[in-house]
Amino acid sequence: MKIVIIDYGAGNIQSIRFALARLGYDAVLSHSAEEIRQADKVIFPGVGEASSAMQKLRSSGLDSLIPDLKQPVLGICLGMQLMCNFSEEGNTDGLGIFDVNVVRFNGNVKVPQIGWNQISSLKTELFRDIPEQQYIYLVHSYYAPLCQDTIAESDYSLRYSAALGKDNFYGTQFHPEKSSTVGAEILKNFIERT
Amino acid sequence: MLTKRIIPCLDIKNGRTVKGVNFVDLRDAGDPVELAAIYAEKGADELVFLDISATEERRKTLADLVRRVAEKVNIPFTVGGGISSIEDVNILLKNGADKVSVNSSAVKRPELINELVAKFGSQCIVVAIDAKKIGENWKVHLVGGKVPTDVDLFEWAEEVEKRGAGEILFTSMDHDGTKNGFANEALAQLSESLKIPIIASGGAGNMQHFVDTFVDGKADAALAASVFHFKEIEIADLKETLKLNNIPVRI
Repeated sequence: MKIVIIDYGAGNIQSIRFALARLGYDAVLSHSAEEIRQADKVIFPGVGEASSAMQKLRSSGLDSLIPDLKQPVLGICLGMQLMCNFSEEGNTDGLGIFDVNVVRFNGNVKVPQIGWNQISSLKTELFRDIPEQQYIYLVHSYYAPLCQDTIAESDYSLRYSAALGKDNFYGTQFHPEKSSTVGAEILKNFIERT
Repeated sequence: MLTKRIIPCLDIKNGRTVKGVNFVDLRDAGDPVELAAIYAEKGADELVFLDISATEERRKTLADLVRRVAEKVNIPFTVGGGISSIEDVNILLKNGADKVSVNSSAVKRPELINELVAKFGSQCIVVAIDAKKIGENWKVHLVGGKVPTDVDLFEWAEEVEKRGAGEILFTSMDHDGTKNGFANEALAQLSESLKIPIIASGGAGNMQHFVDTFVDGKADAALAASVFHFKEIEIADLKETLKLNNIPVRI
């Protein structure tokens, strides 16, 4: 099993590697197109700002590589948002994998949303054997509204997509690597069931 | 529903926990990694590590510690103490810290907040503010609350938000260590005037204090040290109490 975490200068990617190691899997950090294409599983992390992250993807050619991947790909947090059509954050086009536009929270709530919230209406193998209403950890100011690709929902002044899925592509707004044992189960599902 | 967070804080010096801890189940009470793992298991929602070492090797020692914590612990953690540059933050995030907190260095040079936010994103930049009520006004204090400034707490908090910080950790020096409860009036004012989350710190003595800071202080999270380290409050009991008071918590 070869797991590659795409390394394009996005913040805290060690945590994902450590979380996989706790499950008994080694992961490689790489920005090489060759290495990413040959992986069995690809994890696409991301923290920071959307338009500058897209800039980094474009300058390294990863923006055309990622949507073409055929193996299971998991975007995490900003990674998931970048897999959408467009983001209001810095008004940037995304990779266009999920047919939805990312927008900013605008209700009577604290922004960013920071902390533990619940997930429900779980779909796909990513959430196999995960009970409804489990708590996961999130930090974000922007969200993907509910759409056809929604595979998990959460509630923060409104219902929004806590995870997206389409064909071989998955994305979680939450951080499975920081979501205690539930998060570990979800990562395990990605590695072993998708 | 987003839950209120309970955050144990560990003081670190030269890679070891400083304040005594009273954990019989710990093999090594001075090992922050083991303590962190136990708190994660007991239901802590996040952890804060506050480094107070002043040696030349502090950067490397802290980076090593952060790495060992990140390897072992599956909940988010923040690292603070003496952080004053992009490079300081870069090393900590690269080794696995989820967030960093800046304090005195941001008061001295507020542009630091903008620089860190631009480079790493709001979500990982916490600004810690220590303040004390002098007469009728809350004044920001530096160097762990020892040095007073003329800066007004509420004005500074507003500026911190404008400059892009993701969160504020507010410690009342008047309440810290007293075990008489959190500074709920000031907390509520902060929470109502700002859009970013506020972490309450200083004054936790019993479980009712946590209820009060979430209800009256409108805090988004509450941080404490000794009540947890000395097992005066068990996190599981605390969360049950909060739940009974209709405060959303992760159980």
